[in-house]
Amino acid sequence: MQGYTGVLPSGEAIHYVDRKRYLWLLSVLYPLQPLVGIFLHARTGNEAWLLLPLAIGYVAAPLLDWLLGEDRNNPPEAVVLQLDADRYYRYLTYAVVPLHFLSLIAAAWWAGTAELSWWAFAALAAVAGIASGLGINTGHELGHKKPRLERTLAKIVLAVPAYGHFWIEHNRGHHRDVATPDDPASARMGESIYRFARREIPGAFRRAWAIEKDRLERRGRSAWHPDNEILQSMSISVALQLGLVAWQGWSMIPFLAIHNVFAWWQLTSANYIEHYGLLRQKDANGRYERCEPHHSWNSNHVFSNLVLFHLERHSDHHAHPLRRYQSLRHFEDLPTLPNGYFGSYLLAYLPWLWYRVMDPKLLALPHVQGNLDRINVEPSAREHIERRYGNGSRPETAG
Amino acid sequence: MTAFRCPECGYVYDESAGDEHEGYSPGTPFEQLPDDFSCPDCAVRFKEDFRPADR
Repeated sequence: MQGYTGVLPSGEAIHYVDRKRYLWLLSVLYPLQPLVGIFLHARTGNEAWLLLPLAIGYVAAPLLDWLLGEDRNNPPEAVVLQLDADRYYRYLTYAVVPLHFLSLIAAAWWAGTAELSWWAFAALAAVAGIASGLGINTGHELGHKKPRLERTLAKIVLAVPAYGHFWIEHNRGHHRDVATPDDPASARMGESIYRFARREIPGAFRRAWAIEKDRLERRGRSAWHPDNEILQSMSISVALQLGLVAWQGWSMIPFLAIHNVFAWWQLTSANYIEHYGLLRQKDANGRYERCEPHHSWNSNHVFSNLVLFHLERHSDHHAHPLRRYQSLRHFEDLPTLPNGYFGSYLLAYLPWLWYRVMDPKLLALPHVQGNLDRINVEPSAREHIERRYGNGSRPETAG
Repeated sequence: MTAFRCPECGYVYDESAGDEHEGYSPGTPFEQLPDDFSCPDCAVRFKEDFRPADR
């Protein structure tokens, strides 16, 4: 297996082999789940197979995360430059781009031609949407890089979930404002995911549009100029989705409506759990402190990290947004989710259970210690939270 | 003319070149960039974080 040789600060020479090197292929193949369901349905005639991706995502993945546990290994800093320069890793992120298109087009074809019952039709649209939502993760990894090719591929792949504004919104908006009340993509303590979605989805779009409009104005151009990078990606979405309607007929309208909602919901789910309740403090000048590792929730669970290009090592990602997925690190004593992302999504979908698990974890963080002034609290939930946990700054009254 | 570097990701704002994509024409002094300027590549460092760079 490919290895890298480096020298530790102590002067000792090391040889490092990345044990996950070929396992990252899971991130490439994972979005093809709807095709497996379609294949098994075609072979057996049993429509229930179309639900297979739901069983993988919401039963198998959380179980595998629980069974396989965590991986806390980091590549030594001495080889990170070589690891980043190894083009194999980025080729995987390129390879998954056409697979996202394939997954959507194949699912649309099957929905349009297989004469499914209504529930199987809706289920196929939903699982296609969940797979396309993974395209936002692919676009996320690509869009954070400097090379033009990777940024272009990000805009192209984001056309599949019809979320072309994400690249600008996330890189220029969310990373700047993360873990503050100003960020529509950072969830507040006491805010359910359903309430969060109503703030996040429109808020993120408005912020992306404002950032892009500012940039184009500086160039003396209208917001509707073809240089608008949101419109560039969205025009691919429009062509793709109108093309599917022209090809497969009107049944594609409900199919794509369900698909798009489920695709967007994947990002909402990730955003919800990644910074829940975490808050950057303001300094004496009224500026927010820099985003620190304790401003993101993390998971080191092996399986879900391997299918999400290491997205769950989120603290290192926010500290160093351009760092490539194969080099992201685990740090000790970070805010840690109880399971990988897929299991944590399930918790988030049941707000009473989410609060029960996560609120005590949030209050117990070393930099919070029960102090509500150090938490991003949903204003309408504040009274309830204070009644339940005490007036934060006096944690001894909690109970 | 001088250049300024982002200490996080290495992005360099070179005053003589400006940054066409971001809408800063060649010759725009760093000083004249907006007060809320954030690094165009990583967005997690701001105007006051940038340091003079050798081109």
